[in-house]
Amino acid sequence: MTELANSGIGAPLPREGARRLAEGRGRYVDDITLPGLLHIAFVRAPFAHGRLLGIETDDALEVPGVVAVIDGRRLAEICAPFDTNPPGVPGHASAPQPPLVVDESCFQGEAVAAVVAESRAAAEDGAELVFLDWDELPAVCSIEDAQAEDAAPVHTRFSDNLSLRHRFGAEDVSEAFHGAAHVVEADFSFGRQTGVTLEPRGIVAHWDPRTEELEVWQSHQVPWQMREVYARQLGLSPQSVRVTAPDVGGAFGLKLHAYADELAAVAVSRLLGRPVKYIVDRLESFTADAHAREARASCRMAVDAEGHILGIDAVVDAGFGAYAMHPRGSFGEAMQAAQMIGAPYRVGAFRAEVRGWRQNKAPSGAYRGVGQPIACAITEEMIDLASRAADIDPAEMRRINYRRTLDEGTRATQAGLVVEELSLDACLDKLLEAMDYTALRSEQAALRAKGIYRGIGLASFVELTGVGAGLYGPLGLTVAANEACRLTLQPDGSLTCATSVTDQGQGTLSAIAQLIAGEFGIAPEGVRMVAGDTGRTPYGGGAWASRGMALGGEAAKRACARLRDGLLELAAGILQCEPEALRFEQGEIIGPKGASGLDLAELAALCHYRPYDSPTGQVPPMTVEESFVPAALPYIASNGVHAVHLEVDPELGTVDLLGYWVVDDCGTVVNPLLVDEQLRGGIVQGIGAALYEECLYSEDGQFTNGTLADYVVPMAGEMPDIFVEHVSTPTRATGLGARGVGEAGTVGGLGAVRTALGDALVPTGARVSQQPFTPGRVLAAIMAAEDAE
Amino acid sequence: MPDDLIRFTLNGRRIAVPSTRGHLGDLLRHELGETGTHIGCEHGVCGACNVVMDGRVTRSCLTLAVQVDGAEIETIEHAGNDRCGAALQDAFVARNAFQCGYCTPGMIMTARELLSENAAPGRAEIRDAISGNLCRCTGYQAIVEAISDAAEALRETADD
Ligand code: FES
Ligand code: FES
Repeated sequence: MTELANSGIGAPLPREGARRLAEGRGRYVDDITLPGLLHIAFVRAPFAHGRLLGIETDDALEVPGVVAVIDGRRLAEICAPFDTNPPGVPGHASAPQPPLVVDESCFQGEAVAAVVAESRAAAEDGAELVFLDWDELPAVCSIEDAQAEDAAPVHTRFSDNLSLRHRFGAEDVSEAFHGAAHVVEADFSFGRQTGVTLEPRGIVAHWDPRTEELEVWQSHQVPWQMREVYARQLGLSPQSVRVTAPDVGGAFGLKLHAYADELAAVAVSRLLGRPVKYIVDRLESFTADAHAREARASCRMAVDAEGHILGIDAVVDAGFGAYAMHPRGSFGEAMQAAQMIGAPYRVGAFRAEVRGWRQNKAPSGAYRGVGQPIACAITEEMIDLASRAADIDPAEMRRINYRRTLDEGTRATQAGLVVEELSLDACLDKLLEAMDYTALRSEQAALRAKGIYRGIGLASFVELTGVGAGLYGPLGLTVAANEACRLTLQPDGSLTCATSVTDQGQGTLSAIAQLIAGEFGIAPEGVRMVAGDTGRTPYGGGAWASRGMALGGEAAKRACARLRDGLLELAAGILQCEPEALRFEQGEIIGPKGASGLDLAELAALCHYRPYDSPTGQVPPMTVEESFVPAALPYIASNGVHAVHLEVDPELGTVDLLGYWVVDDCGTVVNPLLVDEQLRGGIVQGIGAALYEECLYSEDGQFTNGTLADYVVPMAGEMPDIFVEHVSTPTRATGLGARGVGEAGTVGGLGAVRTALGDALVPTGARVSQQPFTPGRVLAAIMAAEDAE
Repeated sequence: MPDDLIRFTLNGRRIAVPSTRGHLGDLLRHELGETGTHIGCEHGVCGACNVVMDGRVTRSCLTLAVQVDGAEIETIEHAGNDRCGAALQDAFVARNAFQCGYCTPGMIMTARELLSENAAPGRAEIRDAISGNLCRCTGYQAIVEAISDAAEALRETADD
């Protein structure tokens, strides 16, 4: 316990600071109100593709309480459309996206007019009475349709629908496939999903003409990015814009983007000089939040007779939707889906081609794991297919191919990945022991003889976390990828940490407080965290790509070191000894002769009120700021292995999850209580992807399952208990050693369910290529296999 | 409602508000400032809006404001006033049974009803009972453990 108290790191401390959330005292964006607040309801495009001919607003303006109806042309006078074509992505093409449709709309649900009223109900009544005159244009929805030679364009400014084309690895890998003992090949289809945060997106914006300042409260992950976005689109100085993220009810990447409707709300406030609120309702969430994951892929893998991988050749086609998501684009998922194929393994020759297609559907963007769940699922199923072809146990097949580190003399893998030391072997060992792999395999064999189809699936992953400036800078994105900590010693001896990191429930802020408290040997309650507010925090990223602890924690650790060094030097002068002989314990300075009587409060009081008592007449700064971005590495890779045990009912096609295990290596674990449930939450989203979740569009681009009853997400009853264990290989990129963990569950979850399902179906000869693996698809695959016999 | 007021008891307080056509969730949140009750779907699936109406857990998004005339309503803001609600809140914090906390008020209202009917629920019973409450952040396991811990704590202190 003494060591825990000393370091603060590793203790499973509950988040006392979050107790208010359990007592109904959270403050989410819809809980915020301002005097004179107006409300917006949007009129949205009814077709997947259309030309807007006219808007009739007279009836809407008659509704009591309706203040204004604002269309795209009016907003265009004060607000620029999003232009999302990062200069660093050659050949990338996306149409400009205005806050409200001006003449062409490209997906059903695109915002067309803002009805502004004294209440949300009045705004919705008004919206009902806005009449839109349209010319419907041909819509292109599926990836296949978008690819077709004679496909209609998704946006009339382009003649085709290809938005991105890129290749990772070698141009030609046929050599590797020639002499291979086994070549396996498979097609994959990944359903379109969306993040479904329980709290929908929402925004309160207030342009105050008196101060000429724009204040925005938004349910969001990256307030600093949004400050730049709103300033740029509205032609304001960034210094006149303040963006605050209050409590955020889940984000998962969905709240990383700038949305046209939210920009419209801000622009309406600028236009009217009144505070406005816009809260997305659930149907709008489904049709206008960022979607993700829609992809089709084919992959070939060559192995030798001993099971060593000789080569991978893959093509990934991704569905981008109507526009590239602002400001980071939609290409990230497609790129990572291709580049990360085979990442945990030494794969010999590597080639992965990726193409991104525009569609008349909602734009796709970041969702937990960004492409990596797709890459992992493809890789792991290919490994299983190869292990069956080579007749090698799937666990053994993985072990003999694991990558331990980069090959000698190389700076990156053939796919261009930079990984440091990996610990996949150690993770696999722990995992197999925890699940009692051998016993499960013999049980499986015994049950198969009785016609019971159980499957055991493994999924190894390497994940890119804490992604730094090395990625965003070259793309030409104005996105700060550093994380910063401004640490202040208050006159009463308490500490304030203002951090650029934001927290949507991950517990990052509690963990940083715990870390800081540990550095001074005080209780975490002695550290006040300030975050999510561009008016009060240092410049930096926020929350994405599992960066909170890995980067923000490191910045905090460095700030602690600087503040502490200054204080120890001051204390050394007073105590007449060397600073090296001093340390903090429970907030008090301990010297060669034990407790010194000097504690944080005494030192703070001296510095703030009686600086003349310092032996040198100088006092150290009471506020220090440190910013951290990994310099030597573009990101910090983490890794782990998942396992699933499930049973398939061959009559019903249903899948019953019997067990789930994960062994993860996120380096230094600051607070296991937070990390473990982060992993479980991510895994449950991976299970949702595998078994339930899919955004369904009709052929003409109508979203058909826009309720929580129809778009099925995992509920408690169907989820298994999940066993979590760790291997800890601290990264050498930082002093803290933490790697990211927020997405690790989702990255591996999808693949583990996929391989377990494939394993269960071996006796039937069936394979389900299309995810989610609904009972209908499982049954159809089983029946098709029976027919083929 | 001859005078066009909705009269009801909210967390022990007598309330009279002008009649509105909205649902109870909006009434509580926007007219009465009790923002602990959350809105996640407004179509009865997610459970974030759960309150207690005349002793039963009820979806406030599916209940019209006018329906509560004469009723007794209790929300998360008041749930900690009894042993069971307080034990659940303690256990949810201790087990880190929430992340963003948006589902938590509704989850605790549901769990409190379960524990009032079943002092020692098994894990499967707990999972079943909260299957009408969506949590998108956690893996549900910590929630199951927190409810189980709260039940145990309540049993241990039953005679105090
Ligand atoms: S908001 Fe009432 S059930 Fe979802
Ligand atoms: S904690 Fe976020 S929805 Fe449950």
